[in-house]
Amino acid sequence: MAKDYLFEIGTEEMPAHVVERSVKQLADRTQKFLKENGLKFKCIKTFSTPRRLTILVEELAEKQDDIDEIKKGPAKKIALDQDKNWTKAAQGFARGQGMTTDDIYFEELKGTEYAYVHVQKEGKKTSFILLGMSEIVKAMTFPTKMRWDSNDFEFVRPIHWLVSLFGNEVVPVKILDITAGRKTEGHRFLGDSVVLANSSDYEDALKDQFVIVDATKRRNMIVDQMNKLVKKNNWQIKPDKSLLEEVTNLVEYPTVFAGSFAKNYLQMPQEVLITSMKDNQRYFEVYDQNGELINHFISVRNGNKDYLENVVSGNEKVLVARLDDAQFFYDEDRKYPLSHFVQKLDNVSFHDKIGSMSEKMKRVQIIGDYLANKWNLDAQTIKDFDRASQLYKFDLVTQMVGEFAELQGVMGKHYAKLAGEKDDVAEAIEEHYMPTTSEGKLPATTVGSLLSVADKLDTIITFFAAGMIPSSSNDPYALRRYAYGIVRILLEQKWSLPFNEVLPEIVSALEKKTPAKLPKTAEQEEQISSFIRDRINQYLQKNNYKYDIIDAVLASSQQDPIQILAAAKVLQLHHDDDKFKPVVESLTRINNILKKAKYKGQNEVKSDLFDNETETELANGVKKLNKVNDLAALYDGFVKLQPVIDLYFDTNMIMAKDEAVKNNRLAQLNSVAQLANRLGDLSKLVIK
Amino acid sequence: MANKKLTIQDMIFKLEKFWSSKGCMVMPSYDVEKGAGTMSPYTFLRAVGPEPWAACYVEPSRRPADGRYGDNPNRLFQHHQFQVVIKPAPEDIQQYYLDSLKELGINPLEHDIRFVEDNWENPSMGCAGVGWEVWLDGMEVSQFTYFQVVGELDVKPTMSEITYGVERLASYIQDVNSVFDLEWGDGVLYRDIFKEAEYENSKYAFEESNQKDLLQFFDVYERTAKELIGLNLVQPAYDYILKCSHTFNLLDARGAVSVTERAGYLARIRNLAHEVAVCFVEEREKRGFPLLKNAEDKKAGLENG
Repeated sequence: MAKDYLFEIGTEEMPAHVVERSVKQLADRTQKFLKENGLKFKCIKTFSTPRRLTILVEELAEKQDDIDEIKKGPAKKIALDQDKNWTKAAQGFARGQGMTTDDIYFEELKGTEYAYVHVQKEGKKTSFILLGMSEIVKAMTFPTKMRWDSNDFEFVRPIHWLVSLFGNEVVPVKILDITAGRKTEGHRFLGDSVVLANSSDYEDALKDQFVIVDATKRRNMIVDQMNKLVKKNNWQIKPDKSLLEEVTNLVEYPTVFAGSFAKNYLQMPQEVLITSMKDNQRYFEVYDQNGELINHFISVRNGNKDYLENVVSGNEKVLVARLDDAQFFYDEDRKYPLSHFVQKLDNVSFHDKIGSMSEKMKRVQIIGDYLANKWNLDAQTIKDFDRASQLYKFDLVTQMVGEFAELQGVMGKHYAKLAGEKDDVAEAIEEHYMPTTSEGKLPATTVGSLLSVADKLDTIITFFAAGMIPSSSNDPYALRRYAYGIVRILLEQKWSLPFNEVLPEIVSALEKKTPAKLPKTAEQEEQISSFIRDRINQYLQKNNYKYDIIDAVLASSQQDPIQILAAAKVLQLHHDDDKFKPVVESLTRINNILKKAKYKGQNEVKSDLFDNETETELANGVKKLNKVNDLAALYDGFVKLQPVIDLYFDTNMIMAKDEAVKNNRLAQLNSVAQLANRLGDLSKLVIK
Repeated sequence: MANKKLTIQDMIFKLEKFWSSKGCMVMPSYDVEKGAGTMSPYTFLRAVGPEPWAACYVEPSRRPADGRYGDNPNRLFQHHQFQVVIKPAPEDIQQYYLDSLKELGINPLEHDIRFVEDNWENPSMGCAGVGWEVWLDGMEVSQFTYFQVVGELDVKPTMSEITYGVERLASYIQDVNSVFDLEWGDGVLYRDIFKEAEYENSKYAFEESNQKDLLQFFDVYERTAKELIGLNLVQPAYDYILKCSHTFNLLDARGAVSVTERAGYLARIRNLAHEVAVCFVEEREKRGFPLLKNAEDKKAGLENG
């Protein structure tokens, strides 16, 4: 017979963002625990609210299966020593089966006597095994945990009650001084505590106490109520999954309501209003049928409809106070020219160990100009970039950003436009923060992309130079995300940037132009290059390139993300072709010979030392390929060259007795290897 | 609203009465300038060590950078906090808090009350805790924290801290849009008491303070605090740490602390806070943790009849 097992952890209000993933964690750990204990069940359902994490194991077996098996052990002559005492082997065998040597008997099998035990074990009762749920709770992890009372035990918030019901039977799991029972708690204000007769009563019993324990149902209630409200008023809202999830996990019993504010606040930039509503108050902003933001908002109360008018007017008052503040800052900020703010950046630190924001901006301009020149960007772009780089951090000292930090960049854009700056300049100010998450939106404009790359490069260079290098577990300044952003922008813009060549040039361009520390040694520069190379690796993995291809292309002497990606694309495309194996083998054979000969690339190929056609043919092939830029075409060239290479090997003795001939042939092979290296270190490829 | 007429002082009386019924001592405000009720020795020092503690008090909280010359309806150089600290935190502390709101005429069934995650940190005093801001119909009216670390020492048993924003809550209860329209008591308005002071303090903090003197004050206060800690004189040492903190806040409001120096000042205050916390626990230990003994005696007395 199988029964349902209900386990509920009742807590003080948990942070909204941990609720759903914690209940999943509880279910996963329980599943593993039940499997390890050989307990069969149908499935595990989860329920969660801000005050509870609950699992319902459906059709859980009442006991483990009984065991009734004959187990064969070592031969008798191994099980007993000369004095007929049990050997270590025999003892170990018995112990391994959960028996003692007393249980061992001997039986003949094909003429040899062996030790046997008859293992008979009654399966343990599930209700006994489930007492171990306390260990599962103790093992749970959270982003922030806390102690309470005088305990050392930590959990996301204090635990107040536990329900543990196997069918109608209490399994008294114990945590600290709380023993699980059948009593759960209803809604904090609207409900009462309730005693459950059976595990299957849970959802309905709590619904009567104004708790919707199924997070999906709760979310659907919110969506339905919102849709009704929106339809009735002819409004629109934009779907926001993460806000919806957060709101779902801030309430146990949702009631949706709408409020409004005076229309004059709509004159402020939309982002200001949306931040005030969404980030500060967890409201949904409302649009009319034309998609224009309007003076209403939608929110969710943790309760029913009673006295809803109090809740509406209270929320309206709070929002208006916030918008009033914002309006004040907006009006104040616009009283000053941009230069007023730019000047203040002398006193704003970028980082204590590096220097001020003004100094950073100066460096970024130098870096950006260098890059623009390298990429042959047009004069207008450079002009716009220069202007943007002289302004772009100014909004950090505006009152609005002081109050709403999340509006950095956005306010910069708005204020710059209001001050008559060009659109491209204004957009770049906002875009230089992009991408704000590893897979986030990239800058759309060229100026914005350039500013973003220059800004992030400067951050990485100066942090590394000041010795603040991220470790595998600790990257407080999100330098990895910056480097990943650089890689993505370069690929998006098709901007070539071989880091190993460029870094020393950037550093020398900055030299004597900034008080900040710069990388001093080639080692430090290589540290940065390799840091960025790791991000290219991350990018390739993310885009499903085969691991051996990634290894091969990253080992290329080229450290240009575009070239590396192009090489990876070519290798991935042809990886399963018939020709792939012979091509790679021919090319790696060349590498192996060069390595063995310790060839250092000291000679030039001299055609007067050739003594047959195959040498001329290879030399001509290489000459042709040297003119090929595109890596796809280069690969195609190798496919054609492969029989030529093979014939070359068949015909010529590379390590010829004549030193001059030998060196000439090594030089010839080296010229092929150089070409192949543009794709990467092909010896790292796994060829089937 | 039913309780429109609840004045600030009535509100304070009700909170004091309520929390004293829960075992809190009603303490006077502490007489050294500070930025928050947490910095009162009745919270900061009493949070560390094993001794139990339960107190409530009104604390004037000075935040020079928030001064607005009395022009802004909700921003003040000095606001007031009603602070409740209990160690160990009672199991039903959240319910106590909700009951205290009922005492002020705020019935949870007629509003929307939520506990929204807000983990609190005060790096300058080496403090961190886990808790919530409490929302009343969308407005943050209180901060609720379980202290985990104070003065860089683990808080054990855990202390619960509830901080009511007096002006915030009163604005809600009296339904006014500007704190200056609040009635403190007996028809006297907030503006009549504090508006001038707001102007003067803002004028001083933003225009008239002498940076050179303040920098020197900071050094002297710091040196004094260090010397006093060396002599195990906890209370006066702590007073000078509070003065350091307030002086720093004045310098900060003036824009006299470059962002680079900022971290340095905060670290200097944090070191002092840590040292004085350690010193406090040592001194209490020498005296056998009197409040711990007190509590045990009380418990034993109860058990014996």
